[in-house]
Amino acid sequence: LAHGKTSVAGALSMEKVTDYKHASTYNNFYEFGTDKADPARAAHTLKTSPWTVEIEGLVKKPGRYALEDLLKLSSQEERIYRLRCVEGWSMVIPWVGYSLSELIKRVEPLGGAKYVEFVTLADPKTMPGVTARVLDWPYVEGLRMDEAMHPLTLLAFGMYGEVLPKQSGAPLRLVVPWKYGFKSGKSLVKIRFTDKQPATAWNKAAANEYGFYSNVNPNVDHPRWSQATERRIGEDGLFAKKRKTLMFNGYEAQVGQLYAGMDLSKNF
Amino acid sequence: MQMPLMVRFLPDFKVMCRHPLAKPLVFVLALWPFVHLVWAAAFDQLGANPAEALVRATGDWSLRFLCVVLAVTPLRVLTGNPALARFRRMLGLLVYFYVVLHLLSYSGFDMAFDVTDIAKDIVKRPFILVGFLAFVVLSALALTSFNRAIRILGGQNWQRLHQTVYFVAGLAIVHFFWMRAGKNNFAEVIFYAVVLGILLAWRMWRFLNKSRL
Repeated sequence: LAHGKTSVAGALSMEKVTDYKHASTYNNFYEFGTDKADPARAAHTLKTSPWTVEIEGLVKKPGRYALEDLLKLSSQEERIYRLRCVEGWSMVIPWVGYSLSELIKRVEPLGGAKYVEFVTLADPKTMPGVTARVLDWPYVEGLRMDEAMHPLTLLAFGMYGEVLPKQSGAPLRLVVPWKYGFKSGKSLVKIRFTDKQPATAWNKAAANEYGFYSNVNPNVDHPRWSQATERRIGEDGLFAKKRKTLMFNGYEAQVGQLYAGMDLSKNF
Repeated sequence: MQMPLMVRFLPDFKVMCRHPLAKPLVFVLALWPFVHLVWAAAFDQLGANPAEALVRATGDWSLRFLCVVLAVTPLRVLTGNPALARFRRMLGLLVYFYVVLHLLSYSGFDMAFDVTDIAKDIVKRPFILVGFLAFVVLSALALTSFNRAIRILGGQNWQRLHQTVYFVAGLAIVHFFWMRAGKNNFAEVIFYAVVLGILLAWRMWRFLNKSRL
């Protein structure tokens, strides 16, 4: 996937990039099963072409956008982001894509649009996990408009210089590096602009455990485990100590002002 | 008419159980999962998150050996094979062996042997508390597994103490259930619960029938 250099602040982590082998075989994508080895095993059935994304809601230019047009909508660049899973593990992944704000500007949201809702594919024919009632399908995620417009919020089409592998959310997904991984929806089919906070999949499943914001925060524990530390996948073998989790996953300088004055233990 | 002939040539299972090498053989087989895990860890064959893989595998093997050891007596009675009793203590201690490995993997890989962190975790997470409780009870059983302990405690007390293994089985299922609750994925939990439930039901049925006599 052709791409250039990024000029977005904080978008190129200098940390050791996780092996592609690990990043592509160990992840959550419940549409293909709940085990972290399931997506790599089962996602080959996903059909990524033809693919369209429906833009709807409070927006001047709604409509169906073909993947080919979205790929060309803005110049693609590489971003090396830390990824922190809510389960307590993390990776460093080089993504390819462009800021979601590029797309948002192009479709011209109306003044009333306060939130963006992301709906992902739920096709029982190609996604074996959709028959299990773990979550209320389709998987829905959401961001506040200012979060969606932040330059770090990436609409990704590739990783490790290649087109996204199916298990990682091909053909296009979101990457919001300062939030827990589940906020970044995979295999997007619909982007909706609304005036109400979207009802997101994990929040509907367990509201006391997964809030709408789900910013990475070492000071606010998950009700069932601590979020103070994380295991970096592939780092120094079995006996590596867990590392300390950073506020906003280390992107506090870039995104901290979005949450100024908010009580983050209430708005978790 | 080939099957009956084949069966006649198979060695008699009851005779095999009495063979002097039977116990060492079962011991080696039972240690195989451990050897395999050490091998896989040494040669980086445990996937992206080897620590998690070890914690889970040792937990799975603890549960499997618990099912095996609790099946010994029902099998002994149902097949009329008294020699099976010889394997019971060894298999029980193997359960404890895998439980200790499970606890060590969690304490070492997840908590870096930090005692305060472990204590905090036990209080914070009910499923860790339940698992720890199961370990404590099993420790009491392992520590009283030698012949002199039976004499010191007296047969009946010893037996009562060791019947708490069913309590441990219940704790193990609750521990596993809570661990899987986050993903609503209970197929395996139900499998082990059914196996252990049948084994317990068999004992209760036998106990009730005996006391009626």
